[in-house]
Amino acid sequence: MANEKTTTDQAQEMVNLTINNIPVSVPKGTKIMEAAKSIGIDIPHLCYHEDQRVKARCRLCSVEVTGKRRLLAACSTVVWEGMEVHTDTPIVRDTQVTILQMLLANHNQDCLTCPRNQNCDLQRLCSRFNIQQSHLPRVEKHEKPIVTNPAIVRDPSKCIRCGRCIQACKDIQGIRALTYCGRSADLRVTTAFDKPMETTDCILCGQCSLVCPTGAIVEKDDTQKVLDALQDTSKHVIVQVAPSVRVALGDAFGMEPGAIVTGQMVTALKLLGFDKVFDTNFGADLTIMEEGYEFLDRLQNGGVLPMMTSCSPGWVNFMEKHFPDQRDHLSSAKSPMSMFGAIAKTYYAQNAGIDPHDIVTVSIMPCTAKKFEAARPELGHDGLSDVDIVLTTRELIKLIKYVGLELVSLPESDFDSPLGFGTGAGAIFGATGGVMEAALRTVYEKVTGKTLEKLDFEDVRGFDKGGGIKEATVELPGRTVRICVAHTLKNARKIMEQIRRGESPYDFIEIMACPGGCIGGGGQPIGTTNAIRRKRIEALYKIDRDLPIRKSHENPDIIKLYQDFLGEPLSHKSHELLHTTYHKVPLPYEFD
Amino acid sequence: MLSEQKPKYPLPADLQAKIDLVLESHDYDFTQIVGILLEVQDLDEMHYVPEPVAYYVANRLNMPVTNVFDILNFYSELSSTPRAKYPIQVCTSIACHVNDSDGLAAKLKELLNIDFGETTYDGRFTLEKVTCFGACDRAPAVRINGHVYDHLDTTEKIRALLDSLK
Amino acid sequence: MSEVRFLTENFGQYDPSSINSYMSIGGFQALRQAVAMDDPEGIATLISEAKVRGRGGAEYPMGRKWSQARAVKGEKKIIICNADEGETTTFKDRELIKNDPFNLIEAMIIAGYVMGATDGYIYMRAEYACYRPLLLNAIRQAKSYGFLGQNILGKGFDYDIHLYSGAGAYVCGEGTALIRSIEGKAGRPRMKPPFIKVSGLFARPTCLNNVESLSLVPHLLRDKDKRYLTYGVGESVGTKLVSVGGNVKHPGVFEIPFGTTVREIIDGLAGGLPDGHSLRLIQFGGASGKIAGPDILDTPYTYEDLRAAGVMVGSGAICVVDDRTSVIDFLRINQDFFYEESCGQCTPCREGNLHIKIILDRIANHTATKDDIKTMEKMARVMSMSSLCGLGETAQNTLRSAMQVFPEVFEVGGAE
Repeated sequence: MANEKTTTDQAQEMVNLTINNIPVSVPKGTKIMEAAKSIGIDIPHLCYHEDQRVKARCRLCSVEVTGKRRLLAACSTVVWEGMEVHTDTPIVRDTQVTILQMLLANHNQDCLTCPRNQNCDLQRLCSRFNIQQSHLPRVEKHEKPIVTNPAIVRDPSKCIRCGRCIQACKDIQGIRALTYCGRSADLRVTTAFDKPMETTDCILCGQCSLVCPTGAIVEKDDTQKVLDALQDTSKHVIVQVAPSVRVALGDAFGMEPGAIVTGQMVTALKLLGFDKVFDTNFGADLTIMEEGYEFLDRLQNGGVLPMMTSCSPGWVNFMEKHFPDQRDHLSSAKSPMSMFGAIAKTYYAQNAGIDPHDIVTVSIMPCTAKKFEAARPELGHDGLSDVDIVLTTRELIKLIKYVGLELVSLPESDFDSPLGFGTGAGAIFGATGGVMEAALRTVYEKVTGKTLEKLDFEDVRGFDKGGGIKEATVELPGRTVRICVAHTLKNARKIMEQIRRGESPYDFIEIMACPGGCIGGGGQPIGTTNAIRRKRIEALYKIDRDLPIRKSHENPDIIKLYQDFLGEPLSHKSHELLHTTYHKVPLPYEFD
Repeated sequence: MLSEQKPKYPLPADLQAKIDLVLESHDYDFTQIVGILLEVQDLDEMHYVPEPVAYYVANRLNMPVTNVFDILNFYSELSSTPRAKYPIQVCTSIACHVNDSDGLAAKLKELLNIDFGETTYDGRFTLEKVTCFGACDRAPAVRINGHVYDHLDTTEKIRALLDSLK
Repeated sequence: MSEVRFLTENFGQYDPSSINSYMSIGGFQALRQAVAMDDPEGIATLISEAKVRGRGGAEYPMGRKWSQARAVKGEKKIIICNADEGETTTFKDRELIKNDPFNLIEAMIIAGYVMGATDGYIYMRAEYACYRPLLLNAIRQAKSYGFLGQNILGKGFDYDIHLYSGAGAYVCGEGTALIRSIEGKAGRPRMKPPFIKVSGLFARPTCLNNVESLSLVPHLLRDKDKRYLTYGVGESVGTKLVSVGGNVKHPGVFEIPFGTTVREIIDGLAGGLPDGHSLRLIQFGGASGKIAGPDILDTPYTYEDLRAAGVMVGSGAICVVDDRTSVIDFLRINQDFFYEESCGQCTPCREGNLHIKIILDRIANHTATKDDIKTMEKMARVMSMSSLCGLGETAQNTLRSAMQVFPEVFEVGGAE
């Protein structure tokens, strides 16, 4: 996030240097790492991450600069005029190889059975530098993976202490659940007093797992559960896919970031053996109906305002842990995923003539916290969970590879009916601002009875706008509605503190825990960066633009669902199935 | 989220009052956390910062508890685990080493019947290996609760020291 | 040659708990002199003239440091006194704090005035906590006499001094680590730039000096007839505090004029080695310093001569090791120190110290191979070339110099 801004607009001052005798001219303030990248030289690195503040800890990017006694870290050293950089001298190679050997000697080398096998920065570098049997003694401590919650697993034996996870937690989310602890060879990454993550300030968003260069923090793998369910002939296994997965999945199969692979993805899921492949976008449209009507109800009947969206489970966890006194602001509407699950096990089961006990609902989500959401006891009905198994995008990638599918070459197919039809409004749920925009499209038309001429609410779109906090006003009859859209919990905290002080000017607020919304979620493919997040956002708006129906309330299957089953938004049945309650989550210690 | 644990209010009122005094003397200034923890640690007879106390201090200074935990584990003078009434710090750095701090340590181990990192059964002593504490001109020396006891080069001196610490 | 009293001239001359007592021997005259000068740059010049190099160990020219710090633009500048002396066998700052606390306070105020700072911080190692009351008292009294606070000496100069405590971390002697510690964090060094003179404590321009370096300033200001310049040899002007420990009869802190031979220091001032023992080696400058064999004895103690002999003045520590300790044992103890004290955040220092420790143990157990020696050499080189901070850079100074001075120790029989 916080790469120092180089001057972009005004005439840039350029600096001339050479890297491996190749002349390079880069804007003033550029680091050696970036200057090298600009001419196609990849200086090895582990702690460096293009979206994070420079840490300069792994020292793997040490390079030689003529006239300097010591090697300089390419990630942290700003270029100067006339600088002569050498990235490939014997001393540089020797240093980089030695550092890799050191890391390896202190690393659990069960690479073949590691969740990050073939997708690990350390492994890639060892391969690149042809690191062979090292004569350094193995010094790793034999620690077991820490599995205490349904979402995230930490494996300290894989940790290389680069600190990316700590920084993601602190700088993106402002949570600071992770910390370094100890020093020298005992330095490790952990939580306060080594408590299980879920009992700390952690909200299970998984951003740490997204930036970890190795397998030290990963999603809890549930692929086997899905494979087992698919093998069980007595089960009817249906799958729903979140809007943001279809614009991220392609990354793992060599496609351009932001590639839209909806059709191939559906084919892949069918080939995997799912009985029905449905779309969370349908659930999103349903959410808009309930949440939109709830907002109108609050607006018209003096309910608690501002109302806040509740589809991001990391955000809901955050509220329950850090602002439980303000939880009445949360919309009682369940998330699209859980609404979908509830409908699948009632309406769909009835229509299809299947005993809901025999239905297994699987969700493909961009999110680790969704695994936690699915495990919430309050999200279910008659002893049945709304959602039985949640897989992250990363796990879906593994399953697709498992069955040997080349995603790129697969023919396209359509989602199944009736829970497979989503509008453009549902599609943009995956981007920051999308839920708000989708809600406004429906709320506006329902209140005014007029057709919205311009569907695009540009003010609430975009990754960088407003530093992640976007504002707008919407004119409804007799009332100007002030809205706010924020992504990342660091920004959410600002909004919440404003609310707690009683100074919030807003009526309706959308919060997404992850940067950019779900397209930047903690369960998305490894390698997700802010640049890629921007591309995925564009892709979602393209999907929206290209769809014939772009408003949730115009989704014919939604209309039919209300006609046949739910009655109307906020009906008794809706409340029973589609709404939930929130709790105060006790922290380890609480003081007056 | 998962656990339905009850909120805990684990600090005895008198301890809380003492901690508040320390915090007040540091103006509730979180930058002084290291000094605060050094003082808070000595409020406990076992010279450590218990977990609830760490949470309390973090709460009052409005800082993340991870920060407090990190500090407790970074600085060797701070501890998040119980030590003893008299933690005996033996300098093992070079100036003491060449003046037979090994012999001193061996004698202490023998007399107390504990090894480094262990505490006597009565909680009176613990043996800690530390790096140079700047009493090289008085080697071999130990440091106990901030006091340096020097020239401990005979069994008699060591025994007399231990006997004096009740 | 024997001890001289320039920097230590106040020792025993006044009651360190009384500002009146300090003023009765001319205390705060230097400050008055300083504020009376037309251009405070003159003080930096004075320091440059005396060719003072930083006494903490880095040996950076102090006058230049002050000039640079003065030149930095910025509000609310900060002076830090590094009283975290953690190098082994270094206890000279302890003597300055214990015997002459008011001089240090006066020096801090002068530094603040010269740099245009608003706050001074003394960061003192936890091990010296017993001197905290002494310094707090000195600060309090200085405040009540108007030497600290608002509009000091009517010069419109506002300045205060804060005393911060370390808690047992050698690495906090490193500037950026020390700053993080004062900021209320674990003392892990950060990368440079930004350099602390530009963005240091609380991101404010910061000038950081060692206790001994600072303490010299009031003495230099009062030194009308330039007595200081008469001490020393060549570029090594003046006097230096050395702290002598290890196998000597009278360990202690001595103020010597530069140029005194090592033999004069060890045999003359520190009473020589214990009877019946001969010299094995001397470590100069503490754990991150370098070592020499007995042939160093007749070398004059100057920056240049020591450097030519393969060692450095550094912090002024002189650790004498006699024939009862083997070279390898000495190295293992020294390595244990870094193994304990590395902050662990950068790979070379965290892992390198561990592996070198393992190999030194193997050498001691006679199980090391030639490959081990090569690996050790490589680790030491990688650490000094690529570590994040000065700790990692200098941690293997001792080992690397030992490989030069005592190559036979590393001749092992094992196979390739």
